[in-house]
Amino acid sequence: MHTKYKSKNLLFFMKKFILDLIVTDNTFLQENFVLLKLTSELPLPEMKPGQFAELRIDGSPTTFLRRPISINFVDRQRNEIWFSIHIIGEGTKWLSLLPIGSKLNVLLPLGNGFSLPETPSDKPLLIGGGIGIAPLLFLGEQLSKQGNKPTFILGARGSNDLLQLEDFSRYGDVYVTTEDASYGEKGFVTQHSILNKVNFDRIYSCGPKPMMIAVAKYAKSKSIFCEVSLDNMMACGVGACLCCVENTKDGHLCVCKEGPVFNINQLLWQI
Amino acid sequence: MADLNVNIGELKFKNPVMTASGTFGYGEEFSDFVDLERIGGIIVKGTTIHKREGNPYPRMAETPSGMLNAVGLQNKGVDYFVKEIYPRIKNINTNIIVNVSGSSIEDYVQTAEIINELVNIPAIELNISCPNVKQGGMTFGVSPVASAKVVKAVRSVYKKTLIVKLTPNVTDVAEIARAVEANGADSVSLINTLLGMAIDVEKQCPVLSTITGGLSGPAVKPIALRMVWQVANAVKIPVIGLGGIMNWKDAVEFLLAGATAIQIGTANFIDPSVTTKVIDGINDYLDRRNYKSVKDIIGALSV
Repeated sequence: MHTKYKSKNLLFFMKKFILDLIVTDNTFLQENFVLLKLTSELPLPEMKPGQFAELRIDGSPTTFLRRPISINFVDRQRNEIWFSIHIIGEGTKWLSLLPIGSKLNVLLPLGNGFSLPETPSDKPLLIGGGIGIAPLLFLGEQLSKQGNKPTFILGARGSNDLLQLEDFSRYGDVYVTTEDASYGEKGFVTQHSILNKVNFDRIYSCGPKPMMIAVAKYAKSKSIFCEVSLDNMMACGVGACLCCVENTKDGHLCVCKEGPVFNINQLLWQI
Repeated sequence: MADLNVNIGELKFKNPVMTASGTFGYGEEFSDFVDLERIGGIIVKGTTIHKREGNPYPRMAETPSGMLNAVGLQNKGVDYFVKEIYPRIKNINTNIIVNVSGSSIEDYVQTAEIINELVNIPAIELNISCPNVKQGGMTFGVSPVASAKVVKAVRSVYKKTLIVKLTPNVTDVAEIARAVEANGADSVSLINTLLGMAIDVEKQCPVLSTITGGLSGPAVKPIALRMVWQVANAVKIPVIGLGGIMNWKDAVEFLLAGATAIQIGTANFIDPSVTTKVIDGINDYLDRRNYKSVKDIIGALSV
């Protein structure tokens, strides 16, 4: 519509939409996690794994800003977008209580997304921890669709924090670590024995920062291509307010616009 | 359809709704959501003579009905603006206004001189009110003498419409407004953010890397409205009102209080298409009440 003043730079970004989506399902996956599914009367826009949406929270002064949530999955047959949400405060609590049929105002798709391999690979490794596993389902599906064979290592505190294992297993081998040994191997994702058996050629990671730093260290020590998805606190979601910056080799970059996915070589982490 | 035109100095605006600096990027960030050419004016991100990295993360905290920010004027400097950004935005058919900030009077003057040469930038907003920088910014805006000095110096080199953005972090904002008016400002805009703070009780640390930051959003609206009313009664130059405007009703309150135009800031983060909704809402209000022009309600508050 306003293409006449679209900048050259903006052409690298996909068109963003502001949509009133309709809740088709909102189910607890675990005690503090819900899977929110939304649909639209029109076909949902093009979206890439690793991108996110800003969900509008109505009804409370303490939940003033939108909540940035990564895209968990896009079901094109049902025209549904999924958000896997960890209930950690009033905003996410409000989202978990949205009834089926209600409307939710959403900005999407935001951010850059993961870079998929140009030629199919047997050995992409997707490492997630906690709610950080959410975007890896969409990534795994897209990788698999393009002829890759993804492997997942999913980490959680305990079995009560593990989500969507059956969905993940549809797209690749799934390995699990838990800190309390209630499921899979005991320990952290970077301690899983599969890492000693297979030589992976690219790593994608999302989860708590200490976990991603450990993953980045592993990838760097083996000289493996590695991208991580950050979740810095943000407001606008479109690169205007400059609140969510990460310090990088190119200075302060917006996680919402230049990220959330960064190559580890771009970051200033001590790895 | 009422006449929504307003004038700030000699500059004509197609309607009284602008976007506040630092909340709308360079406009481009919002072009997927809103027809930029419907907006009365776009005030782009604070620009300084040299590149600034801004403050360390974290720079933002959500607060009741608002947010704190401590961005610290991150921008790539005026030369980058002129070379890279201006060519991309100069043909957007609205008033593109550059918010100019600095650490010293010389910084403000040099930046204003450079912007003065840009044909399609009809005005600057002089930011003497940023609370998030150690030098300059608000340190000018809290003193009538320092405000007067910087405005006088910029006025001597800047030939187009000069708007000066005021801070609410003062005892008597009208005194500052009068000092700015006396030294050649064509308009004042207010309020910039209120100095505030948030604490993480579990970590027992400030949420912001800079400890304090600027509060914006509906939480500040009553204070902003009061200050706009005070300043509109104290100066003859047009006042641009901002602070917590979320919808057309908020905007009309500012117009009634004496603002000739308004700016929308933090609301852009909640609804990126809010600007055009506010324009439509003001128009509907005027039509419903049989006003021919938005000018008829400016300062129309009966007390």
